[in-house]
Amino acid sequence: MNRILLAHGGGGSLTQELVQQMFVPAFKMRSLDDAAVLGVDRVRLAFTTDSYVVKPYVFPGGDIGRLAVCGTVNDLAVQGAQPLWMSLSFILEEGLPLADLETIVASIKTAATEAGVEIVTGDTKVVERGKCEGLYINTAGIGRVAGRRSVSHAGARAGDVVLLNGPLAEHGVAVMSRREGIVFQTSVVSDCAPVWPLVKAILDSNAEIHTLRDPTRGGVAGALNDIAVASGVGIRLEEKALPIGREVRGACDLLGLDPLTIANEGKLLVICRGSDADRVLATMKRQPLGRRSVVIGEVIEKPKGMVLLHTTIGGERIVDMPTGEDLPRIC
Amino acid sequence: MCLAVPARIVELRETTATISVAGALRDVDVSLIDEPRLGDYVLVHAGFAIHKWEQSEVDELEEIRGVSA
Amino acid sequence: MMKLPLAEIAALAQQVARPMQFMEVCGTHTMAAYRSGLHQLLPANVRLISGPGCPVCVTDQSYIDAAIDLAGHPDVIVATFGDLVRVPGSDSSLEQERAAGAQVRIVYSPSDALVLARECPSKKVVFLGIGFETTAPTVAWAIRQAAEENLKNFFVLCAHKTMPQAMDALLRGHEVKIDGFLCPGHVSVITGAQLYRFICEQYKIPCVVTGFEPWDILSGIKMLLQQHVDGRAEVENEYSRSVSEAGNLAAQELLARVFEPCDVSWRGLGTIAGSGLRIRQEFARFDATVALDVVFPRTRVHPGCLCGAVLRGVATPLDCRLFGRKCSPLHPVGPCMVSSEGACAASYKYEKRAAA
Repeated sequence: MNRILLAHGGGGSLTQELVQQMFVPAFKMRSLDDAAVLGVDRVRLAFTTDSYVVKPYVFPGGDIGRLAVCGTVNDLAVQGAQPLWMSLSFILEEGLPLADLETIVASIKTAATEAGVEIVTGDTKVVERGKCEGLYINTAGIGRVAGRRSVSHAGARAGDVVLLNGPLAEHGVAVMSRREGIVFQTSVVSDCAPVWPLVKAILDSNAEIHTLRDPTRGGVAGALNDIAVASGVGIRLEEKALPIGREVRGACDLLGLDPLTIANEGKLLVICRGSDADRVLATMKRQPLGRRSVVIGEVIEKPKGMVLLHTTIGGERIVDMPTGEDLPRIC
Repeated sequence: MCLAVPARIVELRETTATISVAGALRDVDVSLIDEPRLGDYVLVHAGFAIHKWEQSEVDELEEIRGVSA
Repeated sequence: MMKLPLAEIAALAQQVARPMQFMEVCGTHTMAAYRSGLHQLLPANVRLISGPGCPVCVTDQSYIDAAIDLAGHPDVIVATFGDLVRVPGSDSSLEQERAAGAQVRIVYSPSDALVLARECPSKKVVFLGIGFETTAPTVAWAIRQAAEENLKNFFVLCAHKTMPQAMDALLRGHEVKIDGFLCPGHVSVITGAQLYRFICEQYKIPCVVTGFEPWDILSGIKMLLQQHVDGRAEVENEYSRSVSEAGNLAAQELLARVFEPCDVSWRGLGTIAGSGLRIRQEFARFDATVALDVVFPRTRVHPGCLCGAVLRGVATPLDCRLFGRKCSPLHPVGPCMVSSEGACAASYKYEKRAAA
């Protein structure tokens, strides 16, 4: 193939391929984690960047503005960094109603306050009608990593436990329900939220935390596959333990989608040393964003680089890296 | 080649209905089944109801879905 | 309380004592079995294999090429189920054509394609009609509705197929050992369980119409084993909560009204007489092959692609020299690798696992 496909943006295997084959050789990035952790004098900073192109730009439970703030601070949080500053760059479509932009700006302000992050610089561009869908937002974020702590997607070890702070797939289902061409209604709302307070509590508990990750595009399946490969381990999930809301399951059944591959925007995957699992779970449950935390699996030695699911009937299947596009099926 | 889901009729019009799969709502065509009624459970495939279920059959499905190792 | 019939299956498998190979002919069964991991729970002498039940996998490559060709016309919108989007044609796929600017829309229902036609009167909306007896009535409905509304811009590129002739062809071919069929549950909702009687009568092998929950599939296997133990070869209905003997008569009438049987080519199986559905003369104006300039280009199947043999069950994915090299889930050459539960895609994962 010689063109970019929609699936290249899906956060799945095609995205990875593009990054590995085109970007890494050119830029030789030090790490493909959600944020880069860099040192200046004796200060460790995390630096991340993201672009937001969600369609529609307003959806149940949030909008592109809130998403831009939460997504950025969460990428910092999962490297163990307290979010400090953000840049905000708008690409606006000619014809975008000013009232809509005002709503989104207000939403950004609220989210930034909630997340404890300061917006310190920005940019605005306008493109002709039809050249972007309402608006796109690009951000960069800087956070500070305390002490010598190190969490990374390459940090998972056999014997670790995998935890998740709540039900899967809410954001993706909420957004999908408003997308043209996929007509269904649901009362599911996006879980879009900043996870730093939850992360901070977990890190402050002094448990040994190896990996943190927010499972956005590509869902839990994408995030865990990524971790399994980077860490050179296997991960086994327990199907019975996966928290999936009734309504989300209904929507996925209706469209033939797998909740494990659908985006989340307020969820945190925690991989910690096995013996610390109880402590981490208790800590998470004391936090507002962690009340429904559960253990969903464990890290195993083999098969390296793969994610398995122990099914409710006692069988086992492989949880693939999603290819990148969630397509409603009939088969 | 037969992904179909059980769904409950929550609104009924002449040849179409709104069905709910655990709260996910969609409009489907009901002209392929006999005398659909509000509250009926139907099997939906590709936007069409293809079979109407009795309550006992719905109960049976619930039980089957609850079976685990 | 209901329990999975694993102990019964184990006991029956022991009684039967010899290797048993059962075939399911429904992509959704393949999917359900795989997703629940039930293959590993079966006794060593019981195997469940997949036959040509996935409409993605059995769609002839020339159809995909024709759809791709249509998508290239500026006044055409191709409306398709998501399942077809990644299937490779000779040179490209609908996904890639969309990336290059072709109008390809994914729909969940043929009625969505009708809506599209009403909303875009200046475009020709061509719906890709794939699927078996479960889906064909919904497409028949769309065609009849288009006729009633006198729509001028709605067409169907028809590749619908019916199951029994393919099952018959597999058995006549004697290439694959089939000790029983798990019959497709939702096809049977439409056709009724009586559809498979001829298999039991002519070939003396048991058939169980089966649902899609793991419990259903295991029960279906249990019933097949029981028939072997009893020395019976009958049609049994595991999926009685959805399937009756006669089926959905309204759907059958609609099918007969709009479609008629024809000979059609199945990827890997060749032409099977009477196994296809063609739009009747009366509705020819909605038939894309009649009303539009549809080109079925000379198909170039990759010479190394073994999908055909894999679909017939006579080759395994590992026998294919493209497997894991030129052909992988991310860059599929043939359809058995595209469909995430196609035999090759499934094998790919397991091989990767064994090596890891």
